Amino acid sequence: MTDSYASSRNGDASNGLGNGSSPSLVPTAHTAGLSSVIRKKLMGYVGFANLPNQVHRKSVRKGFQFTAMVVGESGLGKSTLVNTLFNTSLYPPKEPLPPAAERPKTVAIESIGADIEENGVRLHLTVVDTPGFGDFVNNDDSWKPIVENIESRFDSYLEQENRVNRSKIVDNRVHACLYFIQPTGHSLKQLDIEFMRRLHTKVNLIPIIAKADTMTDEEVAEFKQRILVDIAHHNIHIFQAPTYDNEDEETIAEAEEIASKIPFAVVGSDQLVAAPDGRLVRGRAYPWGSVEVDNEDHCDFVKLRQMLVRTYMEELREYTNDVLYENWRTEKLLSMGVAQDSSVFKEVNPAARLQEERVLHEAKLAKMEAEMKMVFQQKVAEKEAKLKQSEEELYARHKEMKDALEKQRADLEDKKRRIESGRPLTPEKSSTTRKKGFLRT
Amino acid sequence: MTEEIRAQSYVGFDSITQQIEHKLLKRGFQFNVIVVGPTGLGKSTLINTIFASHLIDSKGRFVADEPVRQTTEIQAASHVIVENGVKLRLNIVDTPGYGDQINNEGCWDPIIKYIKDQHSAYLRKELTAMRDRYIQDTRIHCCLFFISPTGHSLRPIDVIVMKKLSEVVNVVPVVAKSDSLTPDEREKFKAKIRDELAYHNIRLYPFDTDEDEEEEVQLNESIRQIIPFAVVGSENGVIIDGKSVRGRKNRWGVVNVEDPNHCEFVHLRNFLTRTHLQDLIETTAQIHYEAFRSKQLLALKEGVQRPAGGATQQ
Repeated sequence: MTDSYASSRNGDASNGLGNGSSPSLVPTAHTAGLSSVIRKKLMGYVGFANLPNQVHRKSVRKGFQFTAMVVGESGLGKSTLVNTLFNTSLYPPKEPLPPAAERPKTVAIESIGADIEENGVRLHLTVVDTPGFGDFVNNDDSWKPIVENIESRFDSYLEQENRVNRSKIVDNRVHACLYFIQPTGHSLKQLDIEFMRRLHTKVNLIPIIAKADTMTDEEVAEFKQRILVDIAHHNIHIFQAPTYDNEDEETIAEAEEIASKIPFAVVGSDQLVAAPDGRLVRGRAYPWGSVEVDNEDHCDFVKLRQMLVRTYMEELREYTNDVLYENWRTEKLLSMGVAQDSSVFKEVNPAARLQEERVLHEAKLAKMEAEMKMVFQQKVAEKEAKLKQSEEELYARHKEMKDALEKQRADLEDKKRRIESGRPLTPEKSSTTRKKGFLRT
Repeated sequence: MTEEIRAQSYVGFDSITQQIEHKLLKRGFQFNVIVVGPTGLGKSTLINTIFASHLIDSKGRFVADEPVRQTTEIQAASHVIVENGVKLRLNIVDTPGYGDQINNEGCWDPIIKYIKDQHSAYLRKELTAMRDRYIQDTRIHCCLFFISPTGHSLRPIDVIVMKKLSEVVNVVPVVAKSDSLTPDEREKFKAKIRDELAYHNIRLYPFDTDEDEEEEVQLNESIRQIIPFAVVGSENGVIIDGKSVRGRKNRWGVVNVEDPNHCEFVHLRNFLTRTHLQDLIETTAQIHYEAFRSKQLLALKEGVQRPAGGATQQ
């Protein structure tokens, strides 16, 4: 197997090879910071270039989910724009309330879901509407219901992740928030700034200038400038289309173009009008001319649709999942008291960790053994000493007794000799007691 | 019913109209307008368009570090315009920042107070023992109320403010930036607004009194059909068919401000200046000012009586 690699060690174009693929194969160590990533060129077709197709098939089978939220004052054309974006009438035309009807007192949150399909790809689209935002006399805390709604969606996702059976996770987190700005021509209103400040860390913010057919070109350009300056001044983070290094020029140019038009000045319409060249297009008919929604010269609707649907839908979803949700999760877990123990991650390799543990354990055992030995020795010494002592005592006693016995014996011997030599036992009283003494003994 | 006599020969007292005109021309006329509405609706631009001159500057917030303006900064700008020898002294009162805060409770109070203050100043001048021959009239004759072209209905804050304003001044509602509405939408929106105004019992100018003649009543009726005026304002000129007219140019067309098919600016201008100018001034003096005056004097009388009654009791 190694011959085909070894044959072209010198790097000459070898004519012995059947295919025309590049024969060079010198293992090059990639020295830019990584330790030893070896890049090899292939001699023939292996087939893992098919992986994207497999992913594609699987995703198409699974279907996609996307949730967008539209926020803005009434009458800015939110429902119309949503209908225009997805080319379906998601929102029925609004019935204006009769003057006698009860007006709601707080911002409501309504969501509409739809399953739409295009070329075999299914999308479950959810649009969350916030009627009543900015319509009251006192709009304090009108962003609260919205923030709570977004957080509750994060909450429910977190809960699903922590379940025992995680096979079916439904992702209804808000992936993008379209914020509608009134076309005043001045800078942002207080309400706009407050709202954006509170939401830019929780959701992808995409600011939109609504009803942009009210303004002339110069006014639009100036207005956009002012809005961007305002946003930067208040450190609000709006969604930026990310660029990657290995993309081709076309994509990069497209991304730049989209980025240059933020905030998008859009016009929405689900009605058809006649364009100057006679075609029927979506637009609005005025006595002085018709605005075409799909015409890039007239408004930025095409760019918005590109950003939201055609190019960056997946980016939005990913950013929501990887960054916004993770930040929120970290905050929440830290606030719940789950501490992060960073020393656990010193040795990543589990085998080595086990080895380490074993070594530690053995060391412990050895230590215990030594200790026990010492104690044992000590005890033995003690006992020995004690025994020795008693031995000596005994010996002494033995000697004593022996001496005593000797003495007794000597005494008795003495007595015996005396008796045998006829001497009286006691020198004075021997005659009288001799006969008796004899009997007496 | 007094008999009307025809004189036997020409006396000549019909020249009194010319005498009056001559006198009035010397004195000049005074007209005070206040514009009320949310920021960014083109109030200043519309005033400049109506009087075809640059009278006031837009008060919008253009720079990020500029703070939001408060409605309490209400100031009048005075100008004198002359046309065919007729001198018109204009007082334009611009109200910046109405409805701009997050909490707009009471944002209409400074405006109402300003209007009442003008009445009050005039009353004081009238009541002094040595008063001027011609009292300078700063009372507001007309209030242009700007409505945002949402296409749905009036906002709660609009209803409240209009109600309060219509009690002290002649209110003329105007739909601003109406080039964002197609003709269909415009009609529906206006009908909706009229319904809402009727529902909330908001009395709008023009009022019908018994003295009016048949044609005046008809004129007022036709005005009432058009209210609120859907207007577009512009100070810039654009070229249409070789002529320079005031308008707004977009990539899909040019809005001609003076074209009645495009917007109702012409109607508003005629209404304000050509047909009802005198009537507005008169109604302010006769209806609103009188109401204010009688309330004030009654209150004064009660104020004088009660302490006097208290004194006699002691």
